[in-house]
Amino acid sequence: MSAMRSASRRDFLKKCLTGAAVLGASGPVELLAAAEQESVFVKSRVVIARDAMLRGTGAAVESHRMLSLLDRAMQALFDRDNPIEPWKKLVRPGETVGLKVNALGGRGLSTNLQLVEAICDRLQDAGIKAGDIVVWDRDSDEMEHVGFHVATGGNRVQCFGTDRVDYEQELVTHGSVGSRLSKILTQRCDVLINVPVLKDHDGAGVTMALKSMYGVIHNPNKYHPNGCNPYIADLNMLPEIRTRMRLTICDATTACFEGGPGFKPEYSWKNNALMVSQDPVALDYTGWQIIERKRAEKGLNSLEGDKRAPHYIATAADAQHRLGTNDPRRIAVVEV
Amino acid sequence: MAHEFDARESQNPAVRGERSPFSCSLDRRSFLQGAVASGVALGACEFAQFLVPIPAWAGPQKQDDSQFTVEAKFYQKLPDNKKIKCKLCPRECTVGDRERGYCGVRENRGGTYYTLVHSRVCAAHIDPIEKKPLFHYLPGTLAFSLATAGCNVNCKFCQNWDISQVRPEQVPADYAPPKLVAELAKQRNCPTIAYTYSEPVVFSEYIMDAADAGHEAGVRSVVVSNGYMQEEALKTAYGKMDAVKIDLKAFTESYYKDVVVGELKPVLDSLVTLRKMNKWTEIVYLVVPTLNNSDDEFRGLARWIKTDLGVDVPIHFTQFHPEYLLKNLPITSVPTLERAKAIADAEGLHYVYIGNVPGHPAQNTYCPKCRRMLVERVGFTASQILIRKGSCSFCGQPIPGIWHA
Repeated sequence: MSAMRSASRRDFLKKCLTGAAVLGASGPVELLAAAEQESVFVKSRVVIARDAMLRGTGAAVESHRMLSLLDRAMQALFDRDNPIEPWKKLVRPGETVGLKVNALGGRGLSTNLQLVEAICDRLQDAGIKAGDIVVWDRDSDEMEHVGFHVATGGNRVQCFGTDRVDYEQELVTHGSVGSRLSKILTQRCDVLINVPVLKDHDGAGVTMALKSMYGVIHNPNKYHPNGCNPYIADLNMLPEIRTRMRLTICDATTACFEGGPGFKPEYSWKNNALMVSQDPVALDYTGWQIIERKRAEKGLNSLEGDKRAPHYIATAADAQHRLGTNDPRRIAVVEV
Repeated sequence: MAHEFDARESQNPAVRGERSPFSCSLDRRSFLQGAVASGVALGACEFAQFLVPIPAWAGPQKQDDSQFTVEAKFYQKLPDNKKIKCKLCPRECTVGDRERGYCGVRENRGGTYYTLVHSRVCAAHIDPIEKKPLFHYLPGTLAFSLATAGCNVNCKFCQNWDISQVRPEQVPADYAPPKLVAELAKQRNCPTIAYTYSEPVVFSEYIMDAADAGHEAGVRSVVVSNGYMQEEALKTAYGKMDAVKIDLKAFTESYYKDVVVGELKPVLDSLVTLRKMNKWTEIVYLVVPTLNNSDDEFRGLARWIKTDLGVDVPIHFTQFHPEYLLKNLPITSVPTLERAKAIADAEGLHYVYIGNVPGHPAQNTYCPKCRRMLVERVGFTASQILIRKGSCSFCGQPIPGIWHA
């Protein structure tokens, strides 16, 4: 959940009360108006940065344009003019930073390599040592298959899957979930930056920020029934995940509106965008709407019509979870 | 997963600080130490002889995913997006490309469904058949017992969750093709191969092939299973078994939904099907304090067995030990188990046992007619067998079961 949002809730209530006093115990209409005015400060920000020329004249993403796109997204999210400043707000030198990528979709629909390189560059600009950055997912072979080079040791960015270090022996539990966590998360990451892909998912409906945490546990197969609900929300409640999670950078350069999570060219489109947010629920809700619009454009049923609407997003936002907001009135989508 | 008799013995060699039992690099002293440690943990050193892992055969076998990957037998290809529908268990997972089913050991690769655990053995031991428990099947003999990773339910009390609730690549395993298993069982004087510890439903293809290899070599096969399986798969795979033990986890759908993550009805259907197939079947009911231990449930269960299966089907009420996600509950008290037995006895079932309570007289087999003791059991050892040609040696009453190899 966004730090901005949690910090401002008390302020918001205070201001409402102050407002009511100033108004001289006004009626509900005035109070509501005051609250709506104040709600500007509690909105979760989801930035969508686009670059129609991200691939230049070719098919591959160009590194320098990706860096520029990432900078635009991060500066807009943190409201900063300098490209390094957002990262300095996010991480501190000496911290170890994990970039949780998603390589499940195979070639064509996994986290973009140029994006990961750009993030690593900016983390180092912000004072994080290369050796303190680990790019990871569940399986090294899957990562290599999509172009990552496994690297362990030395003063370079580390890159490997949980298969290299295993899962913790002890189970952690929350609600419906009982799992062993990747030792990369528990032993190698002070900070977690989630770098998922904007995708349709045959079971969950969509998969982005929240669902991508299935790659952190040893038994994701146990949590696919019922559209992954409430499992996804419960999983993201685990303190080991929640306390480390600081940012989601969703790779929407190539996205998928049907047939996910595996790559199917006929159901993918070159979207040339990044989505960034500190509120994973708001990001997932926003991404879901993008996929729905693309499905409508292609003449497909809505996900609800396909009986696979991502209800887990609402669960993640409910009073038992409060992982973020799925209320569009409380989400500020900023396009840059 | 299948629930075996002793709740305190992990079947995962990695957890027990051992290499895989099929590994060559485990020296004799190491596995004797492991065996003694296990025996001490059981509080019964005389059992240690049974717990020695199987010695390795010549040459280490490197894990190679391709050698364990075989097209699955029970699934249906769907027309859209390379999806498949699994037809092995009632869950009927619809699995997209590059995804796995609920069991975690079957994967859709480009529209073809594969089992990833054929011949991929992650636990193997030589156990007394009484440990399964099968009390009316070759008492006093040994079973070459093995498991792969995976399970199609997620019981909160699972004692072997470290192999049943993991993906195959997350646990050490060795390549054990069917003929090798059959040969080794024979060499070790085991008249039976037992598929057990995790959940054999999910490695059905392997048990079918291993049973065929075993029968060719004169070795029988038994399966210890939750019975949560589709009828066609059950008939095909368990049709090759010589005996079956089914873990009936409770007699309410709510328990199956909340504690097992499965369904009761298909398991009852499986039991009926097995009886129609004339397959020797025994039932285990793990009695979990506060969750499935009411008189009504015991009575309902006993009446159902009597009506739908017959009074000669043995049932074992076994003691729960806190494990996995149910560590907040106490061990089942012996009086609770005795109450369950008393209710089932009163309903007219002939062979009602109490399990996981070493030395309890309800571990013995008694003649339902003359009430004399016919099989005396001390722990997992059948110390006295007084059944002759399938009948009570005192009064001649036929005693159902498979008594002679």
